[in-house]
Amino acid sequence: MLPLPLRAAILSLALLVILLGAWELATQVPAGAASPGARLPGPSKVAVHAWQELRDPFYDAGPNDKGIGIQLAYSLARVLGGYMLAALVAVPSGFVIGMSALWRKALDPYIQVLRPISPLAWMPLALFVIRDSAASSIFVIFICSIWPMLINTAFGVAGVRRDYINVARTHELSRVETALRVILPAAAPTIFTGMRIAIGISWLVIVAAEMLVGGTGIGYYVWNEWNNLNLSSVIFSILMIGLVGMLLDQALARAARLVQYVD
Amino acid sequence: MAEAFLKVQDLARRYPGGKRGDAVFTVFEQVNFSIRKGEFVCMIGHSGCGKTTILNVLAGLDRASDGVCIMDGREIAGPSLDRGVIFQNHSLLPWHSALKNVTFAVAARHRDWNRRQVLEHSQKYLERVGLRGSEARRPAQLSGGMRQRVGIARAFAIEPKLLLMDEPFGALDALTRGNIQEELIRIWSKTHQTVFMITHDVDEAILLADRILLMTNGPEARIAESVVVDLPRPRDRTQIIHLPAYYAIRNHLIEFLVRRSKDFLRHPPAGFDPRNPPTVQPGLETAVFTAPGPSSPRAHRSAP
Repeated sequence: MLPLPLRAAILSLALLVILLGAWELATQVPAGAASPGARLPGPSKVAVHAWQELRDPFYDAGPNDKGIGIQLAYSLARVLGGYMLAALVAVPSGFVIGMSALWRKALDPYIQVLRPISPLAWMPLALFVIRDSAASSIFVIFICSIWPMLINTAFGVAGVRRDYINVARTHELSRVETALRVILPAAAPTIFTGMRIAIGISWLVIVAAEMLVGGTGIGYYVWNEWNNLNLSSVIFSILMIGLVGMLLDQALARAARLVQYVD
Repeated sequence: MAEAFLKVQDLARRYPGGKRGDAVFTVFEQVNFSIRKGEFVCMIGHSGCGKTTILNVLAGLDRASDGVCIMDGREIAGPSLDRGVIFQNHSLLPWHSALKNVTFAVAARHRDWNRRQVLEHSQKYLERVGLRGSEARRPAQLSGGMRQRVGIARAFAIEPKLLLMDEPFGALDALTRGNIQEELIRIWSKTHQTVFMITHDVDEAILLADRILLMTNGPEARIAESVVVDLPRPRDRTQIIHLPAYYAIRNHLIEFLVRRSKDFLRHPPAGFDPRNPPTVQPGLETAVFTAPGPSSPRAHRSAP
């Protein structure tokens, strides 16, 4: 019997072949049809298109014709910008909320009301106040990634075991030392879980945000190709969105492993 | 007689009654005892008599409803590096290695030391508990006994004036416990730490303690007796059991825990004053009622 990872890989590959085969078959023009009609491109067409795009991902031929690499880079820059800003705000505030029952109770109603708002609902307000479409999409990323980080940080900090706090107290650590040397490492795995959730949400939201504001970015690109009725390109960019999203998630998962500990 | 190093006076823990005018719930009260410098004192009692609360008050982690604790002439008002604590569940920081758990404490104690001093001092204590070679391992990669050893190394390494131990070996199996008790005796006989320890284990108390404080059952627990363990040191588990005094003490403790602790206060012995519990030396049969203040009928052996 083959080892499990190998068997899983074989099964994965088989599923891929079946799916691609079915897709290819479904998109074939039936023999003898009078007119080909509008059809989805098959995987072979998409692959050919992907090859062309990936051969020169960073070409720039004017505002409406840029390589996939440039578009993805715009989106990534916005996501990381908004995400970092959110982390800078969310982790310290989460600390305060987690450590103080007063702040927790006082801020709870705001969090409860603000959290369920779709980040895109902020867009008109952001456009009006910031008056810059790129900065507005960064703001939208900021507002959508702040909640998971804030809530997880607060949760992690509030849940630090009493024993660890007692260790800090019996060793006469100051409040700042206790926060940095005991509470932060103790809560770090939970904080990182929040950060991982946040990066996933950010990547979901950026596509929609860029469709709205236009100009550059992978979301704009998808919509633009739809307007061009270039479905091969749409499918190709969908796959690229998935790929980059996966890489972002993996990066965070790896970072989280560094602070992981077994209790 | 040496002046008391630690003095506990009229300590009490009460919980206020509920809204419906329930009576005040008293866990323990009128708890008085003292410990001399270099003395090893154990406290035994059933669950719910407030032992852990007393220890936490001494550690400065908890507050009593009443009474004061004075150590070295100063009232205990909060946690301090002068009092090291070994908790029941090791309480090591799981994200640090064994060594870093000790250096963490040593660096906190000696803020003016450089890295090398901290490292050397920490390693010395890890070696004393037999953990040479396991310094880099995290608590999760150590056995229960080894974790508790790290805890012991951490507590001894800061060289506190008073060491507090809350059933430190309660979670260990009997064989491991025996080994680690010997470890503790070895390291203690080198340092002559003043120790206050809570335990459930009668044999452990006899092996380690100079004196054993017996608590009556809670609620409203009191100290019933202070039992002197006058066995020669250094003690060895396999040898002290051959001493007649060992069984006299053991039987006395067991009889107290099984029979007398329950309604000791309903039928106290004549002349019993919870504020000044009698000092008892089993084997000599007669309870010796002492004047206020700590005392044992014989000179303290292990004092330097």
